Amino acid sequence: MFDRRMFLKSSGLALVAGGFLPKVFVRMAEAGTTEGCKVLVAIFQRGAVDGLNVLVPYAEKSYYDARPSIAVPRPGSAENAALDLDGFFGLHPSMAPLLPYFKDRSAAFVHAVGSPDATRSHFDAQDFMESGTPGVKSTRDGFLCRALEQKKAPKATPLRAVAVTPGLPRILSGSAGAISMPNIGQFGIRAGALTQPVAESFESMYAGAVAGALQATARESFEAVKLVESAEPAKIAPENGADYPKNPFGNSLKQIAQLIKADVGLEIAFTDVGGWDTHAGEGGAEGQLSNRLRDYAQAIAAFAKDLGSRMGDVTLVTMSEFGRTVKENGNRGTDHGHANHMLLLGGGVAGGKVYGRWPGLETLYEARDLAVTTDFRDVFAEVLSKRLGVANLRPVFPGYDLDEKKHLGIFAA
Amino acid sequence: MKVHIRTALLLSVLGALLVAAGHVPAFGSSERAAMTSREKALHVLNRLAFGPRPGDVEKVLAMGVGNYIESQLKPERIPDTAIAEKLRHLPTLQMTTAQLYDNFERPLREAKRERKRQAAGKGNGENGGAAQASDTDIAKAKDMIPPENRPRRIVEELSAARVIRATDSERQLNEVMADFWMNHFNVFAAKGLDRIFVTSYERDVVRPQMWGKFEDLLLATAKSPAMLFYLDNARSVADERHRSAMPAGRMPLFGRRALLDMDPETAKQLKENAPKGINENYARELMELHTLGVDGGYTQKDVTELARVLTGWSIGQRGRGGEGEFVFRALMHDVGSKRVLGRTFPPGGGIEEGETMIRILAHHASTARHLATQLCQRLVSDDPPKALVERVAKTFLKTDGNLRETVRAIVTSPEFFEPQFYRSKVKSPFEYVVSAVRAVNATTDGRALARQLVEMGEPLYMCQPPTGYADRADAWVNSGALIARLNFALALAAGQLPGTSALPQRLISETEVASADKSVDALARVLVNGDLSESTRETIRQRLTDDASPAIPVSTIAGLILGSPEFQKQ
Repeated sequence: MFDRRMFLKSSGLALVAGGFLPKVFVRMAEAGTTEGCKVLVAIFQRGAVDGLNVLVPYAEKSYYDARPSIAVPRPGSAENAALDLDGFFGLHPSMAPLLPYFKDRSAAFVHAVGSPDATRSHFDAQDFMESGTPGVKSTRDGFLCRALEQKKAPKATPLRAVAVTPGLPRILSGSAGAISMPNIGQFGIRAGALTQPVAESFESMYAGAVAGALQATARESFEAVKLVESAEPAKIAPENGADYPKNPFGNSLKQIAQLIKADVGLEIAFTDVGGWDTHAGEGGAEGQLSNRLRDYAQAIAAFAKDLGSRMGDVTLVTMSEFGRTVKENGNRGTDHGHANHMLLLGGGVAGGKVYGRWPGLETLYEARDLAVTTDFRDVFAEVLSKRLGVANLRPVFPGYDLDEKKHLGIFAA
Repeated sequence: MKVHIRTALLLSVLGALLVAAGHVPAFGSSERAAMTSREKALHVLNRLAFGPRPGDVEKVLAMGVGNYIESQLKPERIPDTAIAEKLRHLPTLQMTTAQLYDNFERPLREAKRERKRQAAGKGNGENGGAAQASDTDIAKAKDMIPPENRPRRIVEELSAARVIRATDSERQLNEVMADFWMNHFNVFAAKGLDRIFVTSYERDVVRPQMWGKFEDLLLATAKSPAMLFYLDNARSVADERHRSAMPAGRMPLFGRRALLDMDPETAKQLKENAPKGINENYARELMELHTLGVDGGYTQKDVTELARVLTGWSIGQRGRGGEGEFVFRALMHDVGSKRVLGRTFPPGGGIEEGETMIRILAHHASTARHLATQLCQRLVSDDPPKALVERVAKTFLKTDGNLRETVRAIVTSPEFFEPQFYRSKVKSPFEYVVSAVRAVNATTDGRALARQLVEMGEPLYMCQPPTGYADRADAWVNSGALIARLNFALALAAGQLPGTSALPQRLISETEVASADKSVDALARVLVNGDLSESTRETIRQRLTDDASPAIPVSTIAGLILGSPEFQKQ
């Protein structure tokens, strides 16, 4: 182990990661880098995950008062209890696979983070978070699309931004040419012996089509297909003993790792995972949410393990449209609330810390929800400027006060 | 600004030549000319139906476009006997919720219980953990049931039926509206018991009411077990302090476990899990999605108060005198005073409070605008003319929410036939798949097509969020879905989709099949009414005459046309 670490320190790898390579990744390191290409992996937990049961404020008595049947027990108080993070917050026990990364300072959380808009509509709140303009419905494109447009591509490629989802999400829609690819192994024309001529015909007829969404999407798709067919990312096996859970989310992260390892020039990857709208029978340390979180955390941990040292070039960020009510409802569940949490994992993250000002559970937003003390745009502003090198954030978050003083300092300088 | 296909063509040299050759009608430099009668016929078939089968355009021309619209607006008068025969092999469609429970839910529950018992037998009995069946164990329970008795069969048959009806029913507009309203009042069939509720939901709730008064449709969905379960209202009850006195020893039971046959352990669990207060999920979506719209003028306070109004609206329990039907549980109703959207309810009210609110919401001006916008988006354009939306909203209010009149106001409006809307709307995956099957005059058992919809991002009955699927191009035009559409077009035309017969070579004459040039034009005429751009036509022609390429069969030409940009639009 020592030898390998020495090797890494003397190789270019450590330099690529800015001289800071989290220990976990160093230990797993093998040769190979993403050629200096930094990658943002954004994950949307659709349906509003209950942040208060993921990142449990176990030191607050009012948390337990508000949730008589679904609170996660204090660390050490039960067999299945919160895992202590910092003496105040604890991690849901199903998130255990991610604990080593926090302890190792490769992972950080932000609490009481979210969108300032008051909406409790899933649709509107997701839309606002993805457009990057809370309260403004007329924004046409997604903020990660705009971020890409503000950034020079280190490599000419049709796969700068990929959503491993059945449709192109709002967050990447726009003119940056992001690709949606629900299954990278099946991304291509299938016509037996005629595959090549048929694919060429489609490409040519769409190239000649009237300018518009179909024509642009087709052009980007066919270029992407060619690159995927030559790079064959689907053939890259998971490494370091990474074991992805066999479900759609695990599969998505596995494919994002394959794309990163295939060196196709990926800069932004996106996927989403649903099933968080726990209005009834949410459960505490065990139950519905617990089961979802177990799959979720296992998938993310497998992803980090799979990428090993490459994780030094990758920053994974999670988000969810709003949080859930502090008080449990009449069905041992929670209704739509306000602030939530975010997870940041990977290269550059000054981890091992829960960031953000904790507003407490005594004074609630609209007398029912956790208040937002950090705007999600400040977190992304930091990610985009410090990790992806987006210099001008004004077009990314139009109309927003981009004062760097509001940054939480999540990334080591 | 959108550039119309033909305007763009006109600007090109090729286009100019074509105009001279008479392939496209002459029109002004910026405005397309009015639709020809043939284009009108195709337009109504694209919007009021799932595209034409061969010969349909001629049929509509023969009966007159206006008459076709009128007949489609009264689907109950259109004979449609062949459909019943095609649906006969899908027995779950006819089952009551109680039968579906007995045939599909009960065996699964028994298997799970059996599995739990086995796991408990293996444990040492002292360690509580060892005695519990793991999630995997319970998941394996379904393997103990023969495939034909597994619950997934219900949604498979429903999906197949939706595809068969859309491809084969003579009542095409009826199927378009069924798709619209099932999506408007979306439920997610993979959420617990909704898998057995959704059959009756479509058959007994949505379809019978979708040509009547919106209020009736809304009320029927509000009282449907499918919606009550999906949006959790079945378990929403008054806070203790707002309940009427309950007779001692009585413990009403709710929701997910409602249909269970009781054993002592379950009964204990049930008591512990008994709902203790309101759940605002349904109240919110009722206003945001079903009626007023998200900007329709309601507050969080209105949501909470409406949830209180709707407490006690629940589901009857199978095995406890119920059949899985709507019940109002007066004991669980909030009897305090409430105020929703400016309307005050004094203490002591019952079910009539919810019915009143449903009526108010159904007739609200915001609801009229919200529904008019959505219907115009579906039938006219992603961005419908504002004046049309306003007029349709007025019709809705004036006719007391008469849905037939509301739809009529759209499809007989001058805007409906405005030339910029001809072939301007990108088809949803469902529309695309069904229109392709109709275009090649294929028959289908629906199953393979339902699977194709999963690839394209529109699995039927499986939309998880209550919003339903979007009705705009940007939701459907993306790389993954486009590649899936192209592969579907090729597979369909090559006859490679199981249970779906397609013989494109039979669509044209033998002499046309024999000549490459003629086959392209003949297929274009049959499949897209000749509306193939010169770019597409040239691409295919060149491919056919390219000596370096392997020979391209007629079926592949059909596949290329079905995959073309032209066929993606309606």
